Amino acid sequence: MTFLGRLGFDALPFYSPVALTGALVEVGGLVAVVLVVTWLGKWSYLWREWLTSLDHKRIGVMYIVLALVMLMRGFVDAFMMRTQQAVAFGSSGYLPPEHFNQIFSAHGTIMIFFMAMPFLTGLFNIVVPLQIGARDVSFPFMNAVSLWLTAAGAALVMTSLVLGTFSTAGWTAYPPFSEVAYNPGTGVDYWIWSVFIAGFGSTMTGINFVVTILKRRAPGMTLMRMSLFVWTTLVTSILMVFAFPALTVSTALLALDRYLGMHFFTNGGGGNMMNYLNLFWIWGHPEVYILILPAFGVFSEVVATFSGKPLFGYRSLVYATAVIGILSFTVWLHHFFTMGASPNVNAAFGIATMVIAVPTGVKIFDWLLTMYRGQIRLTSPMYWTLGFIVTFVIGGATGVLLAIPPVDFLMHNSVFLVAHFHNMLVPGALFGYLAGYMYWFPKVFGFRLDETWGKCAFWAWILGFYLAFMPLYVLGFMGMPRRMEHYDVAAWQPLLIVAEAGAVLIFAGIAFLVIQLVVSIRNRETLRDCTGDPWDGRTLEWATASPPPHWNFDDIPEVHDLDELAWRKRHAYKPKTPSRRSPIVMPDNTPAGLLIGAFSFLFGFALVWFIWWLAVLSFAGIFATLTYRSFRDGTEHLVQPDGLPGESR
Amino acid sequence: MNLHPQGRLQTRSTLWFLALASIVLLGGCSATDLPIIHPGSAVALSQRNLVIVVFGLMLIVLIPVWLMAAWFPWKYRAGGNETGYRPDWSQSLLIDAIVWAVPAILVMVIAAMVWIYTHRLDPYRPATGTGPPLEVQVVALDWKWLFIYPDQKVATVNELVVPAGRPVQLHITADTVMNSLFVPGLTGQIYAMAGMETRLNFDAEKPRDYRGRNTQYSGGQFPDQHFAVHVETQPQFARWAAAAAKSGSVLNQSAYDALSSRKSASGVKEFALADDNLFAGIIAKYCSDGGCRQASAASAR
Repeated sequence: MTFLGRLGFDALPFYSPVALTGALVEVGGLVAVVLVVTWLGKWSYLWREWLTSLDHKRIGVMYIVLALVMLMRGFVDAFMMRTQQAVAFGSSGYLPPEHFNQIFSAHGTIMIFFMAMPFLTGLFNIVVPLQIGARDVSFPFMNAVSLWLTAAGAALVMTSLVLGTFSTAGWTAYPPFSEVAYNPGTGVDYWIWSVFIAGFGSTMTGINFVVTILKRRAPGMTLMRMSLFVWTTLVTSILMVFAFPALTVSTALLALDRYLGMHFFTNGGGGNMMNYLNLFWIWGHPEVYILILPAFGVFSEVVATFSGKPLFGYRSLVYATAVIGILSFTVWLHHFFTMGASPNVNAAFGIATMVIAVPTGVKIFDWLLTMYRGQIRLTSPMYWTLGFIVTFVIGGATGVLLAIPPVDFLMHNSVFLVAHFHNMLVPGALFGYLAGYMYWFPKVFGFRLDETWGKCAFWAWILGFYLAFMPLYVLGFMGMPRRMEHYDVAAWQPLLIVAEAGAVLIFAGIAFLVIQLVVSIRNRETLRDCTGDPWDGRTLEWATASPPPHWNFDDIPEVHDLDELAWRKRHAYKPKTPSRRSPIVMPDNTPAGLLIGAFSFLFGFALVWFIWWLAVLSFAGIFATLTYRSFRDGTEHLVQPDGLPGESR
Repeated sequence: MNLHPQGRLQTRSTLWFLALASIVLLGGCSATDLPIIHPGSAVALSQRNLVIVVFGLMLIVLIPVWLMAAWFPWKYRAGGNETGYRPDWSQSLLIDAIVWAVPAILVMVIAAMVWIYTHRLDPYRPATGTGPPLEVQVVALDWKWLFIYPDQKVATVNELVVPAGRPVQLHITADTVMNSLFVPGLTGQIYAMAGMETRLNFDAEKPRDYRGRNTQYSGGQFPDQHFAVHVETQPQFARWAAAAAKSGSVLNQSAYDALSSRKSASGVKEFALADDNLFAGIIAKYCSDGGCRQASAASAR
């Protein structure tokens, strides 16, 4: 082995002009960002206020910035696939197979691990401490480590576009195809280490929010006075704690196969790929609910606020959330009904799967009944919510179909399945995150987002969604499998061209989101909210200033009701200002989280390229940073809320 | 607020798309374009009927949801008729009971169907038809399919010929990564895995052509990994088998080794079968050290 392992000039993407262009755009974008920050002279501001910050709100914003950047990358991948399939009838299209196969693997990996996960974690970070009346999460430093591990994973995926190739084994990396015997390059290794590193981040996020929600609630906030978003965060975090280790283990075992010649999942040698499928989906199915439950929480907040009513059937919604959380661990086998299990096993898992439709259906009806006899303001967050309700139920119905093993035998691995899970995750997760983004934006930045552009984005997204995915349902009945780089069935092409038109509309939707942000920043003075409560909100996050101070609340609020702020407004309750306040303890900034993330990135990169000395050094770096940080005393400072002396920032 | 028409429009556009989809699905297209909607076997017909019945049942929930999602935002819009506003109305035991009970009952009904039809349409269960099942051994290769007819002593590549009216039993394995064998219109799919045997049973009603394929992404020429399925009358089938047995090419171990190479072309080929233990040997190749014990347990169910 040479000094740089298997890394050489042949790692550059000259195999495909399209990949080369992508790499140039990516490197150019990075250089442009560095230049702009340097030109503005903002490096020290960025370092002080953001990169080293332990403030949950800033960490949340950084998570969402990461999610939006990765949304663009994931969308570009999707657009390239749709374009390829629209033209590749009886020809090879414009993408060579080895590039197309990386694109579908990258699209799934990015959208799930590096778009959806950071987005929902960002929303947790911004909202949960405010909604429970806390000053921060329980473990602010661990929170920063989670963020930077996620970012390190995302950076690894992005690096694979420039150096080497990404996995061609799909976002699930099924062995034996993902084993060295069939897939010797760097691709699967990039996938393994990016997911492995980010997965640690998610596990720690789960731990952090379980503890925060159980231990940090303001006085008076019983479990049944927690807002539904806090409930969905709690259940999601519990799922993260229990599910993510299974992913860590399955990727680690796959890595052992690939790096040390072991035989967990290989063809022959005692390996059994069926075990990988089981392990992977024991994480993978709860993961679906990890993505969707937070969005359910957002919809619950939005629909109550903009209907001017408490959530209908709050207890039902809480129990439904908890039931979904438990059931999500009992259905993983439905991802492989076609593996030859006995009808008893298949039927049991099929029935367990459709049982989940019951609490989900309850939720849908409860949101609708919250609107009943309300005073509904159709703001852009409400648009996303209504679009979600109308669209998500179609995905629910096709999900029940797929839960029937004999039907799954027809639809498994087809574009019908692709349409189904996009029908769950686009309205069920992404629309929720975007609703949350538009709903809580004024809380974080002190001004609202432009409504008109928000609604334009909604219409482009939802119409684009129908155009892009309804044809795929039909194509499923025509027997079209997923992941086709080209095809020779003429009847498929018209529908694939319609789907391509949908992708164009979704592109417009993304452009409108960007325009909305730019326009809103430019008009921020007219959109400014000085009350801290721009929507006539019902929950505690609206009871403090926008943006809130680093410590969130000058005095920890006392909670009397589920919709505490609505209760206060109705009872004209004014909390007494104490005669003197004791100083607040807040964590100091630290670069340790960023350092651990950077070392983790190097660690993953070194393992991908077999640069063993760098792997050892970077792992030692992670260990040394953690050790140093753990033995340091005095990592906090005191804040005096009144005149703010003692604040170090 | 002047936004209600859009709320309605949104629901309307949904219905419009559904209507369009069903028109495309049910009319206009030929059986070859929509094999799953126009199946040619009892198994595939029951599978399709399940889709239609269950989707119909789901509409019991979907239609009220769509109606409420269109009606409530319009009816209870701020600035509209405010007399109905009840800012505290947030629970009702009766409604709670209904919203839990209706989906629960629906799911119970569908669950009963799942139990019955999962057993009835178990791919391991021999299909109906006259005579003993025709046994075909199937091997997934990179990126082609090998079909071995042990009784007829013939083998084919990328071509499955079966007689109409007689049940067919496929014994499936892979000599590469995981594949999934699927013939839309004729049978559901099942994985093909090295060192293991899975099964599919089906019946073909009438002479007709289908196209089968691998649906599990397997790299390289995966998009071209399909095979022709010809359902013939029984005399035609017998004539075809006799002709193939005399075709001149012989499939033995060394011919198989050449065939299973990735470089071997994937066109249609026919062979006389010269090695009765070929299929068993392909499975055993991955079990030399006893590693296939669980696997054989799974396939011996």
